[in-house]
Amino acid sequence: MSVVADNVEVPVAVAPSPPISATPGDERISVASQWQLMWWRFRRHKVAMAAAVVIALFYVVVVFADFLAYADPFASDSQKTLLPPQPIHLFDDGAFRPFVHPVIGVRDFTTFQRVYKEDTSRKMYLQLLARGNEYRLFGLIPANAHLIGLQGNPVEGNLFILGADLQGRDLWSRLVFSTQTSLTIGLVGVALSLFLGVLLGGISGYYGGIADTVIQRVIEVLWSIPAIPLWMGLAAAMPRDWSVIQVYLAITVILSLVGWMRLARVVRGRFLSLRNEDFVKAAELAGASTPRVIFVHMVPLFLSHIIAATTLALPLMIISETALSFLGLGLRPPAMSWGVLLQQAQNIQTVALSPWLMIAAVPVTIVILAFNFLGDGLRDAADPYGV
Amino acid sequence: MVTYLARRIGLGLLTIWAVSVLSFVIIQLPPGDFVSAYIAKLEVQGTAVSQAEANALRAQYGLDDPMVVQYAKWIVQVVQGNFGQSLDYARPVADVIGDRLWLTMVVTLAAILFTWVVALPIGIYSAVRQYSIGDYFFTFIGFFGLAVPTFLLALVLMYFSVVIFNASVGGLFSPEYVNAPWSLEKVWDLAKHMPIPAIVLGLAGTAELMRIMRANLLDELRKPYVMTARAKGLSERRVILKYPVRVALNPFASTIAFLFPQVVSGTIIVSLVLGLPTVGPVLLTALLSQDMFLAGTIVLLIGVMTVLGILVSDLVLVWLDPRIRLFGHD
Repeated sequence: MSVVADNVEVPVAVAPSPPISATPGDERISVASQWQLMWWRFRRHKVAMAAAVVIALFYVVVVFADFLAYADPFASDSQKTLLPPQPIHLFDDGAFRPFVHPVIGVRDFTTFQRVYKEDTSRKMYLQLLARGNEYRLFGLIPANAHLIGLQGNPVEGNLFILGADLQGRDLWSRLVFSTQTSLTIGLVGVALSLFLGVLLGGISGYYGGIADTVIQRVIEVLWSIPAIPLWMGLAAAMPRDWSVIQVYLAITVILSLVGWMRLARVVRGRFLSLRNEDFVKAAELAGASTPRVIFVHMVPLFLSHIIAATTLALPLMIISETALSFLGLGLRPPAMSWGVLLQQAQNIQTVALSPWLMIAAVPVTIVILAFNFLGDGLRDAADPYGV
Repeated sequence: MVTYLARRIGLGLLTIWAVSVLSFVIIQLPPGDFVSAYIAKLEVQGTAVSQAEANALRAQYGLDDPMVVQYAKWIVQVVQGNFGQSLDYARPVADVIGDRLWLTMVVTLAAILFTWVVALPIGIYSAVRQYSIGDYFFTFIGFFGLAVPTFLLALVLMYFSVVIFNASVGGLFSPEYVNAPWSLEKVWDLAKHMPIPAIVLGLAGTAELMRIMRANLLDELRKPYVMTARAKGLSERRVILKYPVRVALNPFASTIAFLFPQVVSGTIIVSLVLGLPTVGPVLLTALLSQDMFLAGTIVLLIGVMTVLGILVSDLVLVWLDPRIRLFGHD
């Protein structure tokens, strides 16, 4: 009975001592599982935690893109080309009631540029959870609610919080849908290169011999072709008449073709160092099958490293997709991605007059920074010898 | 030493050969060939091309042969120093890319030079004054430099130069020198245009090298021999520069191998944004119009530059660290 009583008391004794950076002799640390230790180490890494939150938010945007985008991203309006971001007035007669003035485009007859003026005689009030164009949430549930909208007015052609592009399409809505493409293309690409990397790196490291030599030589040759010409060649090989989905899949394959090599090297190195460990020999002598030796005894030891390496590979994929699309070799309109949006910002004259076209550079930079910090944090947390 | 060099050069040649095959295959991958792309272009302009003319063109360029024959013909020519005829420009490939190749190398070297000159002192500073405000500042800059894709940086720099300085930064020459023959003034003009491309291309590598240098030097500074040197009364500058920095430089040299292909790749995409007359924009159009001799030559030359860069970095490594014996005990 006294044992039970002890157990009851333990939480009370532990609760008031939150710091995890306790002495090595601390009981909690000595009984914690490997993953628990990693999580504690990771939690101390404040920047990495913040980065994880930022990335989570971006994926919320991916999931709820239809809800967050208030306008149809394809609704073009020749009267609203290159409309600058619309100022939102927060207070109306001293009360908090955000509204926008409708914008009218007129041609300036001295410069022949289109200039936009607010029509201050009319006000359109912003509304939360407004009704807008129809969509299917998660591709299943029919819905028409959007995060914001205009009271009593159609949102298309009236609301441009980030301005409009060359075709007069709402940049915010396009940015939200681009986030969806750009962030998933990286995930699919990384998943593919992870599969290739673990498979080929595993074969190379576990079996060694001829398989190892061949795979390593192939990696060396592929490595000495600079990535961009390789991508450009492969991307230029895509037939022009492919559908958006086909191009999307082809791009993920092209990206992962280059991405798998780094992962394969990591996996191979790990396999090589573990293969001669006593516990692996013991498992083999005890009659464990090869898959069992690999997946039960070896993989858990470097899984955390692979997770960190994968996190660090993701931003590279995202940059590559953006760069390819920016060059016109990746996704093509009507597909939307950050790179596709930036295509309109290629021309310096356009950029100088309408800098809001560069807006996609902001999420690219934030996401890549966040993934780098997260990957760094994970790598430090996964390192059992780290401090 | 000689055997080692010979073996390395042999291996390098083998890699370059593999690269040439691969690049030729990749360029041939798109359905159709140069003639069909050419005809499509003419038809857009309103000129119809008959089947007979198309066949005549194919026969003239040797596009009817199987790919192996085409490759063999091309590679035999390349070995003899003739890179073939650019189909798109209807001029020898060497003419089309001659000047551009030199400019590509100049830009690449300038970027790598920038990387070294900036990353080395900052890395040392960050390690010696770990956790100082300067260290945090450079760490932030470093992460930022790694995160921003080069072409975005180029775009943003261009925007600010137009808005703030009211000057376009595109190109490598002022208009009056573009077609001028080479002269001292033209070289000076080139030098004046070099900083922006060098910074744009070098920033990512600088950030990486800075971090590596800092980490390496921190490892070295904790070692007992540094304490011994201090205890013996060496000046602080001598303690740091004479031994730990020298040892920390070692992985620094081995990263040139990675830096080199990275910068060369970067040149291609940045050139498109900044309008630099390097091989990048030519490669893009050659790939799109399936001008395989031009594109193949460019990819091949980039491969050669990469292999050479790796060789140089290995040699620098041996020179820096006498403990490394790549070529046996002689």
